[in-house]
Amino acid sequence: MGRDAHFRVWRGDAAGGDLQDYTVEVNEGEVVLDIIHRLQATQAGDLAVRWNCKAGKCGSCSAEINGRPRLLCMTRMSIFDPDETITVTPMRAFPVIRDLVTDVSFNYRKARQIPAFAPPPDLAPGEYRMQQVDVERSQEFRKCIECFLCQNVCHVVRDHEENKPAFAGPRFLIRAAELDMHPLDARTDRREFAREHQGIGLCNITKCCTEVCPEHIKITDNAIIPMKERVVDRSYDPLVWLGNKLFRRRRD
Amino acid sequence: MTELEEHRYDVVIVGAGGAGLRAAIAAREAGLRTAIVCKSLFGKAHTVMAEGGIAASMGNANSKDNWQVHFRDTMRGGKFLNHPRMAELHAQEAPDRVWELETYGALFDRTPDGRISQRNFGGHEYPRLAHVGDRTGLELIRTLQQKIVSLRQDEDNAATAAGGEPPADEDAGLRVFAEVTITELLRDESGAIAGAFGYRRETGTFVVFHAPAVILATGGIGKSFKVTSNSWEYTGDGNALALRAGSTLVNMEFIQFHPTGMVWPPSVKGILVTESVRGDGGVLRNSEGKRFMFDYVPDVFRSKYAETEEEADGWYKDPEKHRRPPELLPRDEVARAINSEVKAGRQTPHGGVFLDVSTRLPAEEIKRRLPSMHHQFSELADVDITKEPMEVGPTCHYVMGGIQVDPDTAAAARVPGLFACGEVAGGMHGSNRLGGNSLSDLLVFGRRAGLGAADYVTGLGDALPVPAAGSIEAAARSALAPFDREDGENPYTLHRELQQTMNDLVGIIRKESEIERAIQSLEAMKPRVAAVSVEGHRQFNPGWHLALDLVNMLQVSECVARAALIRQESRGGHTRDDYPQMSADWRRRLLVCALDGDGGVTVQQEPITPIRPDLLALFDRSELAKYLTEDELSPLDEQQEAGHGS
Repeated sequence: MGRDAHFRVWRGDAAGGDLQDYTVEVNEGEVVLDIIHRLQATQAGDLAVRWNCKAGKCGSCSAEINGRPRLLCMTRMSIFDPDETITVTPMRAFPVIRDLVTDVSFNYRKARQIPAFAPPPDLAPGEYRMQQVDVERSQEFRKCIECFLCQNVCHVVRDHEENKPAFAGPRFLIRAAELDMHPLDARTDRREFAREHQGIGLCNITKCCTEVCPEHIKITDNAIIPMKERVVDRSYDPLVWLGNKLFRRRRD
Repeated sequence: MTELEEHRYDVVIVGAGGAGLRAAIAAREAGLRTAIVCKSLFGKAHTVMAEGGIAASMGNANSKDNWQVHFRDTMRGGKFLNHPRMAELHAQEAPDRVWELETYGALFDRTPDGRISQRNFGGHEYPRLAHVGDRTGLELIRTLQQKIVSLRQDEDNAATAAGGEPPADEDAGLRVFAEVTITELLRDESGAIAGAFGYRRETGTFVVFHAPAVILATGGIGKSFKVTSNSWEYTGDGNALALRAGSTLVNMEFIQFHPTGMVWPPSVKGILVTESVRGDGGVLRNSEGKRFMFDYVPDVFRSKYAETEEEADGWYKDPEKHRRPPELLPRDEVARAINSEVKAGRQTPHGGVFLDVSTRLPAEEIKRRLPSMHHQFSELADVDITKEPMEVGPTCHYVMGGIQVDPDTAAAARVPGLFACGEVAGGMHGSNRLGGNSLSDLLVFGRRAGLGAADYVTGLGDALPVPAAGSIEAAARSALAPFDREDGENPYTLHRELQQTMNDLVGIIRKESEIERAIQSLEAMKPRVAAVSVEGHRQFNPGWHLALDLVNMLQVSECVARAALIRQESRGGHTRDDYPQMSADWRRRLLVCALDGDGGVTVQQEPITPIRPDLLALFDRSELAKYLTEDELSPLDEQQEAGHGS
């Protein structure tokens, strides 16, 4: 019942590598990760790839398929032409470890820099009261599965290694927004932190992050732009001003 | 031996899911230098896949709920095989563990008055599951992950406030070792824990942890079965590590087959469809359109479940005046019912049954309550669950059995310094786990394991154990052996064979002749697994990793099969075609697995821990009579008579 597909998979390590050609069986309903697994089982036992849940919930199997950042487990083979060559490469913004596995420690360093949720000092556990409508804003960002595809695609860092120290990336700007919008977070300086320590000003709102988000989080519209606007309450950001003019956004 | 990296900690926690992270928080807050070691990246553990919620009797949705009701439901769900002390502690402490998550920043769905919303689930008398849509596990893991980060930040801030520098990673009191696999526990000459040995996946280099306490929180064993909702990490590592260190596993014959896994397309077969679909009104129908669950209510539950569709539907709005829909029976009952419908030929085009929520809730409500399910079916199966039914069937989901532990401290049997919590520990859920009781189990016993380890380490004082001579070298040799062998079989092929064997012969419905065949196959696989060879080098080599995981899967599978052969009754997650009845006599016996000198599995019977009289008194005698022997009931009668007399 299967058909053969032509795959090109990047094989190599930090020292270098290249695309290798494989012809591999494909069956109905399969996703790209199934094909990678078939390669491991039949042709390349040591082909390195990260994966865990194979259900789009853990965000481990991020890679680039025909140049587009995607989860391998949520990319159906049926979206490709049967005779199309499918090229699978590791995420480009992070250093390669081996084959499709990259060093994503950048993200964990950025996570360490954001001050944690500050519990309200006057409420004991069990006394928290919040309205559904108020938690939903932050809940959108807590859907994030940390696949880091947004970090990978963001051109502030994708081809600009030099920006990495100053820029937290979309994933951690939504973390800042999530805490800022948390109804009971006791800190009031989330916006200043985003400006001074997360480099939110470097984002020029091209929305690439939103486009690749497998959870369909509106990263730019619902997190970054509001955070920029709130920052601008106190310091003028010309890009936001321009963005508002261009996109005619409703102010809240 | 080259490239050996060594670390010293007070406690090493193996596994970074809900149980491991909660244990780490407790251990760190108790002052221990704590290492968390996990096979994946930090934040990717199997806990993220939990969907429905965390069971805790907070009473937000129905004020009649309390720990006693939760305890009763848990015991009924487990068919009274649960360790009663574990079920008691779990029911008592779950609400505090959930409220505590809010102080770490968790954002649960809310009730109209602003408290944590609670939803209905199978086997729970009242709406009890705290949830975030259908992605509760993700919320749990992220919340705990962020709490771990904050503990580290506290340490940095304290150092800075004292005028110093934040500690380097190697000096910090809490550190995560991601993508490190532990292959052996290290013990001293007396047999007490002295640390753990493993390799870094990224480089293939070895790591030795010197520590007087190890907490195993490695999760389950589902990857030994072909159709499973479990992630690749679920290879029974903790179970096998404990066995090889001299500890014991209990209740390994009880495997939960979740009634609703996806059945199509083939590549996603087994992926979980949350029980919340049924909790929120979804119904099961066969190919004839019949809501068949009404035909499958067992005697022990007869009085609590609706007999007509009308009564069942009325329950969602007015649970006081109606009995529960039978779709919300405990999972073992629903899974067996689906299995029977399929066997009787009333299956859907792809061999399952229909699970329909599209005719039960408005589309917008489905998307709001079940966003991941909506996403999962539209992306992977081209099914819009707001418009058409899903096709579902049973999938291997959870192992009730696990390491034998002391309920209060989570100390593992027979090995000083070894602790276990979460799915890798056994006893809490008896023969069948209720949905929602897993996430609460992780939190309650994760914390207890962290505290248990802290007490143990404090008690040791300066008497630190040292790994027995040669044990580190031996662990390194066996880890590298697959590279030294030539012409061995491919680990992927053997893994597939193991999964097929367990699925076909020790699956949802079992019988003696099939289990015996399974044991023969497993025996035949032992020398083949021991001879596996792998290609390539040590750097991030999945073939090598699987070759080492296979050893664990095989040992654990043997425990499952051997225990399943011995237990001659049907109860919870163990259904014997040849012994279809539940037996009060078998309830009193636990099956305990250990390794003999040659690495073979032995199974011994042990008496079950009796249920304390005050806990027994929470049930009607007539209900207890369905589970307990006359011997066990007579003290109860005497007590009642004494009570009447006074």
